Amino acid sequence: MTETVMRTDGAAIGRADRRKEDARLLTGRTNWTDNIQLPGTLYMSCLRSSMAHAKILSIDATAALELDGVVHVFTGKDFPELAGSTCVWPVTDDIKMSTFPAICLDEVKYAGDVVAIVLANDKYVAVDALDLIDVDYEHLDAVVDMEEALKPGSPLVHSEMGTNECYVARMPCGDYEAAKAKADLVVRRRFINQRLIPNTMEPRAVVAAPMGMSDEITIWSATQIPHVLRVLLALLTGIPENNIRVVAPDVGGGFGAKLQINREEVLALVLAKKIGKPIKWTETRSEHMVATHHGRDQIQDIELAVTQDGQILGMKVDLLADMGAYLQIITPGTPLLGMFMYSGIYKMEALDFTCTGVYTTKTPTDAYRGAGRPEATYAIERIVDEAAAELGIEPLEFRKRNWIKHEEFPYTQIAGLTYDTGNYEAATARALELFGYDELRAEQTARRASGDTVQLGIGISTFTEMCGLAPSRTLGALKYVAGGWEHCTIRALPTGKIELVTGTSPHGQGHETAWSQIASDIIGVPVEDIEVVHGDTGRAPYGMDTYGSRSLAVGGQAIKMAGERLVEKARLIAAHQLEASPDDIEFSAGTYSVKGDPEKSTTIQAVAFEAFTAHNLPDGMEPTLSGESTVDPMDFSYPHGTHLAAMEVDTETGMVKLRKYVAVDDCGIQINPMIVEGQVHGGLAQGIAQAMFEGALYDNDGNLLTGSMGDYLLPSAADLPSFITDRTVTPSTTHPLGTKGIGEAGAIASTPAIINGVVDAIRHLGVTDVFMPASPQNVWRAIQTAKNGGAA
Amino acid sequence: MTHISVTVDGLHRHGDVEPRLLLVHWLREDLGLVGTPVGCDTSNCGACTVLVDGRSVKSCSVLAVQVDGKTVTTIQGLAEEDGEWHPVQKAFKECHGLQCGFCTPGMVMASVDLLSENPDPTEEEIRNGLEGNLCRCTGYHNIVKAVATAAAEMKGASS
Repeated sequence: MTETVMRTDGAAIGRADRRKEDARLLTGRTNWTDNIQLPGTLYMSCLRSSMAHAKILSIDATAALELDGVVHVFTGKDFPELAGSTCVWPVTDDIKMSTFPAICLDEVKYAGDVVAIVLANDKYVAVDALDLIDVDYEHLDAVVDMEEALKPGSPLVHSEMGTNECYVARMPCGDYEAAKAKADLVVRRRFINQRLIPNTMEPRAVVAAPMGMSDEITIWSATQIPHVLRVLLALLTGIPENNIRVVAPDVGGGFGAKLQINREEVLALVLAKKIGKPIKWTETRSEHMVATHHGRDQIQDIELAVTQDGQILGMKVDLLADMGAYLQIITPGTPLLGMFMYSGIYKMEALDFTCTGVYTTKTPTDAYRGAGRPEATYAIERIVDEAAAELGIEPLEFRKRNWIKHEEFPYTQIAGLTYDTGNYEAATARALELFGYDELRAEQTARRASGDTVQLGIGISTFTEMCGLAPSRTLGALKYVAGGWEHCTIRALPTGKIELVTGTSPHGQGHETAWSQIASDIIGVPVEDIEVVHGDTGRAPYGMDTYGSRSLAVGGQAIKMAGERLVEKARLIAAHQLEASPDDIEFSAGTYSVKGDPEKSTTIQAVAFEAFTAHNLPDGMEPTLSGESTVDPMDFSYPHGTHLAAMEVDTETGMVKLRKYVAVDDCGIQINPMIVEGQVHGGLAQGIAQAMFEGALYDNDGNLLTGSMGDYLLPSAADLPSFITDRTVTPSTTHPLGTKGIGEAGAIASTPAIINGVVDAIRHLGVTDVFMPASPQNVWRAIQTAKNGGAA
Repeated sequence: MTHISVTVDGLHRHGDVEPRLLLVHWLREDLGLVGTPVGCDTSNCGACTVLVDGRSVKSCSVLAVQVDGKTVTTIQGLAEEDGEWHPVQKAFKECHGLQCGFCTPGMVMASVDLLSENPDPTEEEIRNGLEGNLCRCTGYHNIVKAVATAAAEMKGASS
């Protein structure tokens, strides 16, 4: 019989529950893809091109095949038609789409492209064999720089296209030329949003295995997108979708890097099917640096037209966006995810947006934490500081004169988005209070006056972003080949335990905890009795996965709706059991009772058991108790916030120190404030890392110079301070739980805050920009260039 | 092949290993102790940190043959025999010092070693002490808080 557990703990939403996930993660009882060891496994290794651009003349694998333990070597000739990835977002009608081969057939297009793969019965042997494969290349010129790539006569990445221009996307909003004609000042800057390497702590990994009882092949992958991956694997390989089960087990971080379909996944699946044995591949970190997609990489030419008294009239955005050598899942769309966000929180009458996608012989780019929105936010928050400086207006005052006031919401901004709610004044006021703004400004003035070699700067970022991808019709209008809905099924099992099946696919976000909290409040069952099932197309067949701060904003709605449906069905059963009209049944904290007669009651767990036995259900009612929902969101959500950074810059060495960082975010209703804060911290670290530490560098021949963790500077604990964080709460009115999303906010807001602070510290020396990362070298050069009379 | 004999997480383990076999691969693949993950190939990330005779070691930068006769403790052997977690494990949960959890085994083992050397570290000492362990999720804020919390807890327990 069902054990009845009464809730006594009050509302779960808003409570800082410690995470359910932690028990296994803190004791090593984890299930990373690389942990999976199946009998008879063949280990796959990839021979990657050492050249950025070359013809493959011949491949000799004889010696590799003679190595004890090597079972197969495959080259492009074995799979001439097989694509290794695909693009689901052809952003314009005339976009030039590349084909990404699973294994290169006759040409390599970036250093790291795959020319052969080895299968061996030992992972060390699989790697040894790579050294024994002899590839004869004919050198072709690399194309590294985007502006060079667009010049006539440039070497071509895809010669059949006749150009390196992938696409040109335009979005003119309002009349920019008219706005500009009215302006007293047009501020122009070129910002470089450098290339980044995501570096999830868990490298990518995949295991594919025929699972015996049917034609099914199970593929475990360190992926953010098991559901999308299943569809795409079926389309690329021709293996029927209903024979493919994708499992994302414990996944160690994503940040967009695992929002992808990769050639290693395609090959593992095809080879498992062909050979009939488990195939396993695990990326090394050095492979990750060249083989997992990169992020950002834009040249941003920005104009802001303003009046003398500090009113923004219009903005012009002209982007060059580096695609790398091939288009992967949303390569061309990534810069356009920021397209609507260039006006930020400000009112203006025109926004003229153009983005040119460019092919180069480098690792493909794609989504990385924020995906297009960090770039947009960087541009607007940097240019408003520059405009304020040129006009001689305090940068915060300049922002206040232009931002949307809280009483003006809902507000339809220049790119056509309607921001439902927001309160920039409140977030800013709280941030100023926590920061000690006036004191720091006074210290800055004193240091200027004394000619201190260490100068202080204050960086401001008052940002918004769009989360909750996305209304499916909007995605369709943008030519994205999928919907933006999310699914949830909640099942009340006969024993009163709850199975919550979600289509989101967490990789560090704590969905098991937060989703339990939501469901607990709706169906009145303790969080510990709720098991969240995710990341397995066999157990959670419907889903659109986790990216773009969508899981709570969209998936949360599905949980709410599914829970409410379950509660409503149970109400009918309870009414029948209690011999009352359903209208007379009240539901509170898991208990159904008859209005005015609280003694007559039953619990949702008891109802679940009745629904299982089905001995005494209302006439015509189907047995079992569950609720399910697939929700298409009615709109995006718009989290916002105010971030402030105090930056110390040594004007003699260029050394930059982040002294204090305050982040006040408004993500609406918080399900678990502890998890929210953790998301903010992590986002801050990544955004600050772009501003201060990281950058993928290539030489002119297309070789990645930052090809290991020894060369690519990921910040450690010693490189960062503790952060001061808080939230204001302005609930979303377009999302039924009032939530907005928080996964990317820190990464979006912090990069311009840091650089604004660095420039503010040394603006009196004539500096108007500093290239990212603000390394001692880049900062010192900016100071020297300014000293020598050049604009930095 | 070389024969080795090692105490791992309290159990006596033997094995014949290739001289080039890394400790982390012996743990993961021969012993099935997959709680210790591999995050890089340049000994930068520290995800694979274990204790060898009580001191933290990146198990990707040690050969299995080098621990012959020694005692190795992994994240899977850190709790008491009755399942009671180590104060560092408890503090990581309490302070939300982990998100995806991939760096966590190494971060916890490095923190245990740090606290054994310096039971009362300042924030700066914690940050410098964990410099060899990378995390991409937490921004380190709550990791630092967890280590300080564990230090206070352990100090209280020992006084």
